[in-house]
Amino acid sequence: MQPRTETKPQQRAATEQGKTGQILLAILALVATFAVLWLGFGFLRDYQKTLPKIVTTIIAIIWGVGSVAALFASANFLVEQFNDQIKNAVRPFIFIGPAVFLLGWFLFLPVLRTLWMSLFNSDSTQFVGLTNYVYAFTERTMLEAFRNNLLWMFFGTAGCVFFGLIVAVLADRSNFETLAKSLIFMPMAISFVGAGVIWRFMYYYAPANATQIGLFNAVATSLGGQPQAWTSQLQPWNNLFLILIMIWLQTGFAMVVFSSAIKGISTDILEASRVDGANEWQVFFQIMIPAIQSTIITVTTTILIFSLKIFDIVIVMTGGQYGTEVVATKFYREFGVNRNFGQGAAIAIVLLIAVSPVIYYNLRQLGKQEGFK
Amino acid sequence: MSSMVSRPRARSARRSKLLGSLFVNVALALICLLWTIPTIGLLVSSFRARDDINSSGWWTVLPHPEMVTSQTIKLDRENTPLDQPIVLTELGGATVSDAQLQAGTTLPSGQFVKWESRRQRTVAVQSSQITANARFTLENYQSVLTGQTADSSGNLRPEAGTNFGNALLNSVAVTVPSTVIPILIAAFAAYGFAWMRFPGRKILFAIVVALLVVPLQIALVPILRDYVSLNITGTYLAVWLAHSGFGLPLATYLLYNYISELPREVLESAFIDGASPFTTFMRLVLPLSVPALASFAIFQFLWVWNDYLVSLIFIGAQPDVQVLTMLLAGLIGSRGQDWHLLTAGAFVSMLLPLILFFSLQRYFVRGLMAGSVKG
Repeated sequence: MQPRTETKPQQRAATEQGKTGQILLAILALVATFAVLWLGFGFLRDYQKTLPKIVTTIIAIIWGVGSVAALFASANFLVEQFNDQIKNAVRPFIFIGPAVFLLGWFLFLPVLRTLWMSLFNSDSTQFVGLTNYVYAFTERTMLEAFRNNLLWMFFGTAGCVFFGLIVAVLADRSNFETLAKSLIFMPMAISFVGAGVIWRFMYYYAPANATQIGLFNAVATSLGGQPQAWTSQLQPWNNLFLILIMIWLQTGFAMVVFSSAIKGISTDILEASRVDGANEWQVFFQIMIPAIQSTIITVTTTILIFSLKIFDIVIVMTGGQYGTEVVATKFYREFGVNRNFGQGAAIAIVLLIAVSPVIYYNLRQLGKQEGFK
Repeated sequence: MSSMVSRPRARSARRSKLLGSLFVNVALALICLLWTIPTIGLLVSSFRARDDINSSGWWTVLPHPEMVTSQTIKLDRENTPLDQPIVLTELGGATVSDAQLQAGTTLPSGQFVKWESRRQRTVAVQSSQITANARFTLENYQSVLTGQTADSSGNLRPEAGTNFGNALLNSVAVTVPSTVIPILIAAFAAYGFAWMRFPGRKILFAIVVALLVVPLQIALVPILRDYVSLNITGTYLAVWLAHSGFGLPLATYLLYNYISELPREVLESAFIDGASPFTTFMRLVLPLSVPALASFAIFQFLWVWNDYLVSLIFIGAQPDVQVLTMLLAGLIGSRGQDWHLLTAGAFVSMLLPLILFFSLQRYFVRGLMAGSVKG
């Protein structure tokens, strides 16, 4: 190997000059990227009414997707111009920076800001201490919302886990497993609002002597019963008819996870227990359930959290009337409709407190992982 | 001797196995039917004419026996008191009572008679026929996609709040960047967390994990205030940023799990060849992570497409930027009885997710297994 030649002073000056030029160029590139993005935004905002919709849609997609890539590329280009020491110190923050920025802005800081806001009055001008929390835990409709959320959490979760498990076990032995699983899973692709239309139609009420076009009432009247207003008059049972929609939507999720857990059970154990004379019920309760216990817990937790935050179904079906208010719709009413920021914030914090055990559990799991000890 | 005993036993075992499998298949088929009926009802109704939807159940498109009026008898309104037996001269002088006509009764001749209008004294003679109300039309879809309906004379008139064509494009413009942006940002971050050493790495990642289940309701009030002061409410950018922020914890966490498991040798050989981390990421890590990226992308796409709350808060009352779910929810609120518009509109909003669902089903399952908690 050749010994490294000493760089002469003027040469070094020249490369440093080149370096400075490149750095300036890179800064320029970054600034230009920002400028182009800003102009694109202004263009979209100002011209979206005059341009044909399809054109703005295409421009928006290209601009939105391209901008992220351009930002990463130009920021990285800038960092690459510096010497190794700076480069290695700064580079990780190019990679994680945007994520940290967005998470900080959209989730981390809002937790603190909402907490702060919950201590103030409705338009955040006067400190009121814990008054909003007293409201959140004592006001009549809030108590009703808590009761309903408990109903959702209990019956919704139980229903999803129960049907999910049954379908997973049945499908495993049936002759049309794939088709059955697709059909049960399909509602996962449907929005709550879409599901709202579907189920409003299912529950549709017409007076007793009119033709029933809703399936539930058609069945009820053909069996000799009276047509019912399922989601409004039958309080508090109407909550269960709303919960039915969530079970319909979410059972597919539970089923898929259970199904692959069941397939993961060693066939040797199942065969051995059958040879030993265990019947199918014993195999199910004494072999399968214990084997997939941890999966059951994960799925149950996930659906519990989900049902805690249920919002769209209630808003679309009843708007929270007829005693069906839940915490999330109550939040929306205070914050979105009544502009009561203090009380809305307090309700959001109550939701956060409700999920905090899961946050704690997640962090403990992370602590056990390799590389994060 | 032993074979004589075991043969019937084997047969009964086979029979019980057959019965068991019959039970499994029938029970499963029944559950599947129950699960599919609501969607089928929507789909069928969306192709029926407005009057048909309102006057008969969607299941009547299937052949079914129905009482069809074949003849209407007008009785003398003045001279037919209801407290005396009524003589139907047109039907061979059969005698019926008012109560019988109210409930409907079958005459000895086999004809079924019923009041058509008790007050007007008209009697309907009905017979049971197998019919199917199977008249289908594309008019509902035409109405919701163009926001216009043709009236009886063929003139187009605008149908308020039903421009689903416009909202469909808005949904696309909102959903595609809201899917790509968080995935790209999360992939960069996951690579940084997994393969780079820097101060604060552990605590930052712990925060990402803690934010996994934070309910997004927490963020709505502060973010809306920021948007108002930045003057970007009601723009695509506002919704993209919100969906990206709310989707990031899960995306980062899932991709971290995947990218940190990539074989060390592959990345190291790239560094020895002089590739920068950026190049390595673009040329090696991203292509290798396609399965994880794809399965998260499917879910993020569905969540954003089906979202209602985020759009409701950040797009608000801007009619030009409304997405499908908002338009549909608005239609439920304002025209909850117009089933021909609601069913077609709902199906338009479900079409893309359902196509995606049926074509990419196997990736779904992989994505579900990777992580089942979302905030």
